[in-house]
Amino acid sequence: MYKIVAIQTLAPQTKLIIVHAPEVAEKAQAGQFVILRVDERGERIPLTLVDWKPKNGTIVLIFQEVGVSTKKLGSLNVNEELFDVVGPLGNPSDIKYYGTAVVIGGGVGIAPCLPIATALQKVGNEVISILGARNEKLLILEEEMKRVSTKVHISTDDGSKGHKGFVSDILKSLIEKGNSIDVVYAIGPSVMMRAVAEVTRSHKIKTIVSLNPIMVDGMGMCGACRVSVGGKVKFACVDGPEFDAHQVDFDQLIKRQQAFIAEENLALEHIEKHGGN
Amino acid sequence: MGATRLQTKAKPEICKESIPMPKQSVEERTRNFNEVALGYTKEQAVAEAKRCLQCPQPKCMEGCPVEIDIPSFIKSVSEFKFDEAIKKIKEKNSLPAICGRVCPQEEQCQENCVLGKVGDPISIGRLERFAADCEMTKGKDIPNTKASTGKKVAVIGAGPAGLTAAADLAKLGHRVFVFEALHKPGGVLVYGIPEFRLPKKIVEAEADYIKRLGVTIKPNALIGRAFTIPELLKKGFDAVFIGTGAGLPRFLGIPGENLSGIYSANEFLIRVNLMKSYAFPEYDTPIRIGKKVVVIGAGNVAMDSARSALRLGAEKVYIVYRRSRKEMPARVEEIENAEEEGIVFKLLTNPIRFFGDEKGWVKQMECIKMKLGEPDKSGRRRPIPIEGSEFLMDVDTAIIAIGRTPNPIIQLTTKGLRATKWGTIVVDEKTEKTSLEGVYAGGDIVTGEATVISAMGAGKSAARAIHEYIMKK
Ligand SMILES: Cc1cc2nc3c(=O)[nH]c(=O)nc-3n(C[C@H](O)[C@H](O)[C@H](O)COP(=O)(O)OP(=O)(O)OC[C@H]3O[C@@H](n4cnc5c(N)ncnc54)[C@H](O)[C@@H]3O)c2cc1C
Ligand SMILES: Cc1cc2nc3c(=O)[nH]c(=O)nc-3n(C[C@H](O)[C@H](O)[C@H](O)COP(=O)(O)OP(=O)(O)OC[C@H]3O[C@@H](n4cnc5c(N)ncnc54)[C@H](O)[C@@H]3O)c2cc1C
Ligand code: SF4
Ligand code: SF4
Ligand code: FES
Repeated sequence: MYKIVAIQTLAPQTKLIIVHAPEVAEKAQAGQFVILRVDERGERIPLTLVDWKPKNGTIVLIFQEVGVSTKKLGSLNVNEELFDVVGPLGNPSDIKYYGTAVVIGGGVGIAPCLPIATALQKVGNEVISILGARNEKLLILEEEMKRVSTKVHISTDDGSKGHKGFVSDILKSLIEKGNSIDVVYAIGPSVMMRAVAEVTRSHKIKTIVSLNPIMVDGMGMCGACRVSVGGKVKFACVDGPEFDAHQVDFDQLIKRQQAFIAEENLALEHIEKHGGN
Repeated sequence: MGATRLQTKAKPEICKESIPMPKQSVEERTRNFNEVALGYTKEQAVAEAKRCLQCPQPKCMEGCPVEIDIPSFIKSVSEFKFDEAIKKIKEKNSLPAICGRVCPQEEQCQENCVLGKVGDPISIGRLERFAADCEMTKGKDIPNTKASTGKKVAVIGAGPAGLTAAADLAKLGHRVFVFEALHKPGGVLVYGIPEFRLPKKIVEAEADYIKRLGVTIKPNALIGRAFTIPELLKKGFDAVFIGTGAGLPRFLGIPGENLSGIYSANEFLIRVNLMKSYAFPEYDTPIRIGKKVVVIGAGNVAMDSARSALRLGAEKVYIVYRRSRKEMPARVEEIENAEEEGIVFKLLTNPIRFFGDEKGWVKQMECIKMKLGEPDKSGRRRPIPIEGSEFLMDVDTAIIAIGRTPNPIIQLTTKGLRATKWGTIVVDEKTEKTSLEGVYAGGDIVTGEATVISAMGAGKSAARAIHEYIMKK
């Protein structure tokens, strides 16, 4: 059904996978995601659509191996099949001409930034990218982002490449240097998105983040993905995943993301003991 | 147990007591997810069937939304002709093993049974279940279908409404494709109603039957995002049926509700049933249940959640409901089962806020006591808070089961489709036709939350209307 056409390691624990899913490829737009299950006993996990080729019927996903499901996914080989892929899910990004757009990706969050940056550039925006990673080895998609940006800034936590520090530092200095910025897109760990939101808030720069709460169905039926935005409850899978960063309650999001840590660790121990199935 | 005598030609003797159905014992069943009710044996079924008076004008049939010929099938059972019984049922009902288990029979067919006036009505649901299970253990039949008409129909949603419409249309010779957003067909039957009330292998077997009728079920297809309805019509479908159900969970809207450990009943039941987290970590989807679980609400969904929580190892499970026992909307049988299993009912009690620990996990729930005032629009007495009666309950897990509203994606992505302000799709009562040419809808998406059998009834009338429409086209 959903055959794996290619799989490739981009960085330690970070893989790119090309999957045959023609119906998703035909409809995909920047900002949308899929939910997949690796095997019959698998959990439903959301991953953002990084690229899609309607002609070949394929989609590209990039993921970090953090727990049982993503590890299982990473252990698959070409020609093996995924059990389920459903999508495209979520609202597409609101792509239009803004002027200058700063696109900020942190870690594996750079992956979902690529289609957005590409689409923003296509409609005439000037795209400035800021890419962040813990260290140089973990930095992904630098070349691809360069192709759609007029300038790419890089930061690493340990200073092994680019600025030593956080993506939000670079954004701050861009603003302070008087660059006019019409919109900021930020995707990455919640703490990073929160830091970006704090930088742009006082400057009243429109800032959009793509949230990644825990999801189950991804189609509005469970409410696991609920987030507080502007004091209202929203379901990230159908109302989002993109929201106005200045309205998001990040503290709540971060706590909800950690809800199952104990169980996730248990599951990891279990597969280490009993193997993938 | 009700004694039965072989009836001679003389005036039938009335046997007032129905044959009880065996159940798993409380001690056993609260520790497993297996079905609670075990079903009749052949002898029990025949004995129960023999109680039927074979009324010339059977009242029972008026109560069945899918018009099963109840006396005929019961007669076959009483004569040990189980194959004939199931054939008769399947003329009208494509999902008998399911209806026999979850239909609110006491308000439908059985409520009308004349025997109910003098004693217990015939256990029609149990007999239907028996006939269906008999067939299932025996193997597969090849259903009859009419010659192909060359027409194509798209059905959206593989719940009871969609599956019934699909089966009926396939029997009439149309090619039917069912598009289901989730990875498995069944709708609420697979993701909502727990294993111990409706084993999933039964839903699979009934879905298989529908596939054998020639229906193609396409899982992982979220219509509205993957394709829209106008696109389906353009792709060569002659008509579309929408059976997308009411799956959007309602929340209380009180402070602290987004703490971890507070689930909608849907999330909780999807994890447990569809994703089988009761078998975690053999299955990958986790669930965390503490010692004290509260379920808010008192419908079937609340009972299912509470009983599931108990089976997952909770020490104490409470049902918290703002009205009194009389107003509880769940089926009596389910309330009794829950009580037997040790679920504690806290009635006339309403939650007003949740408190969490430093990690954002729910820890306490503040409630207020209620009293009943004048009847409201629904005819039920309105609950009124009693000032100063607030109190705290310790909780590790809270499950909100206060209702669900229609799934919105189709309405949001289909221009010209009329919907009400509650999100339900507007249809013509008789034909289930929507405001769009060639597009029909039925089940919970039209009525709001209702029952399996009413969704099936709607699927049936829509199939009839769709058949008429496409044959004229
Ligand atoms: C709309 C959406 C799009 C996403 N796109 C991508 C993507 O393109 N690439 C990618 O690598 N990941 C993406 N994620 C996150 C991805 O779904 C999770 O990493 C994955 O579900 C983890 O599953 P697991 O079983 O491997 O790990 P688990 O065992 O479930 O979790 C391991 C660790 O990851 C954390 N975690 C769990 N779920 C999430 C989550 N939803 N977001 C962040 N951290 C989480 C846990 O707290 C834990 O520390 C996306 C999430 C959403 C909601
Ligand atoms: C926990 C629980 C217990 C219940 N117990 C009983 C009971 O004992 N007896 C009883 O009679 N009733 C019971 N009900 C109610 C009953 O299950 C529903 O009334 C019935 O299932 C409605 O059928 P439906 O076909 O309209 O919708 P559903 O069963 O909700 O099916 C709709 C299907 O459509 C799919 N879908 C939604 N949107 C899309 C889309 N855009 N594209 C493709 N597919 C889509 C959904 O995934 C779902 O599979 C219960 C309900 C719940 C939740
Ligand atoms: S389908 Fe439901 S209402 Fe009809 S006979 Fe069976 S149990 Fe009764
Ligand atoms: S009303 Fe009761 S007794 Fe009469 S035919 Fe129906 S089931 Fe039998
Ligand atoms: S993931 Fe279930 S409602 Fe969003």
